[in-house]
Amino acid sequence: MGQDEFFFLLMGLKWTVALSAIGFVCGCVAGLGIALARTSGVPLVERITAGYIALFQGTPLLMQLFVVYYGLALVGIKVDAWAAVSVGLTLHASAYLGEIWRGAIEAVPRGQTEASKALALGYVSRMKDVVLPQALRISLPATIGFLVQLIKGTSLASIVGFTELTRAGNIISNQIFQPLTVFGIVGILYFVMCCPLTIYGAHLERKFAASVR
Amino acid sequence: MNYTLDFTPVIEGMPNLLTACLGTFMLAISGMLLATVIGIGGVVLRTSKIKLLRWLVIGFVELIRNTPFLVQIFFIYFALPLAGIRLDPTPTAIIALGINGGAYAIEIIRGGVQSISKGQMEAGLALGLHKAQVFRLIILKPALRAIFPSLTSQFVLLTLTTSIASAISAYELTSVSQRIESDSFRSFEVYFTVTAFYLVISWLMMRLFAFFSARYFAYPVK
Repeated sequence: MGQDEFFFLLMGLKWTVALSAIGFVCGCVAGLGIALARTSGVPLVERITAGYIALFQGTPLLMQLFVVYYGLALVGIKVDAWAAVSVGLTLHASAYLGEIWRGAIEAVPRGQTEASKALALGYVSRMKDVVLPQALRISLPATIGFLVQLIKGTSLASIVGFTELTRAGNIISNQIFQPLTVFGIVGILYFVMCCPLTIYGAHLERKFAASVR
Repeated sequence: MNYTLDFTPVIEGMPNLLTACLGTFMLAISGMLLATVIGIGGVVLRTSKIKLLRWLVIGFVELIRNTPFLVQIFFIYFALPLAGIRLDPTPTAIIALGINGGAYAIEIIRGGVQSISKGQMEAGLALGLHKAQVFRLIILKPALRAIFPSLTSQFVLLTLTTSIASAISAYELTSVSQRIESDSFRSFEVYFTVTAFYLVISWLMMRLFAFFSARYFAYPVK
């Protein structure tokens, strides 16, 4: 495998990073909305968001990407593959992050909410200043764990036909007939992206467990 | 918007799709069994006295957990023939699923083993139970119960992961639906229906695991 081939993989890597970043950032925004709706105390809203989460946690990401990809075209929205994949990843991430943060919000001791109510704080201030900062801390290890899962999930964009790292690997492997070398390098590139995050997540988890004790 | 939904190809392909669901079940259950074996074996090695073995297991777990399943399955798909092992796509997919699930199972089972304190074993012996009874009732059952929720939710994820095995055209639901899609071009209709199938499959899996849990692990904690 020569320099040109490696450079082509790096171009794919760039797209993997971009897809992960878009999916994660948009997923965080939407996921926060889901988590707040899921803990809103309004039965209908809670029921709907619970269904939304169950839908995305009960079906394969690959199918979600397919349905979004062809569904967008169906309703007359003509978008590129990367945009369709971004939408799919965002929806997927919003459901998982929504569920992670719901758990975190519920893990904040009730006394915190009660105390802020007693201090006459409104909903916005109660959430923004009291509950969410604590929930964020509790949820950080799981959130980072999901980010790793999302980075790995972007590889499925290759099946939809978008040239990110895995598909770049496919193309090169078909050109030079050294699949083991190529997929070995592709695997290492993913590993280099994900492993520091995994280690950081585990570190946070230990730190958090120690501070609770 | 002048597109009309047409589910005719889906209805015509229904027998194929339903049989493919069985393929997905088969793939998932074989993968789970292999993952459990790898998980238990990995934990034994992970707690061995030989440092090299421990590090090999740690390396294996981290390598698998930090790379996408799609890349793993491609690698295994191309590596097995080079190692002189010629297998059809479906057994290859089972091996890949087992290796992937096994890495996660190692971490989960290790947590369960650690959760049993030595005092429990000593207490069991002090109450006059046999060693075998102590192992079965006081070590194994609580350990299984402790890991059951995380292990089974990992297995539901494994079931969903089987869809990626379509990349090497193993026999399961996604690859069959892709064939129907490429024959009929009714992409949305096909994938929409198949998504609903997956929802039912994962729901069934969860019900099944919940049933086992209620049947075997329903006794008070403290």
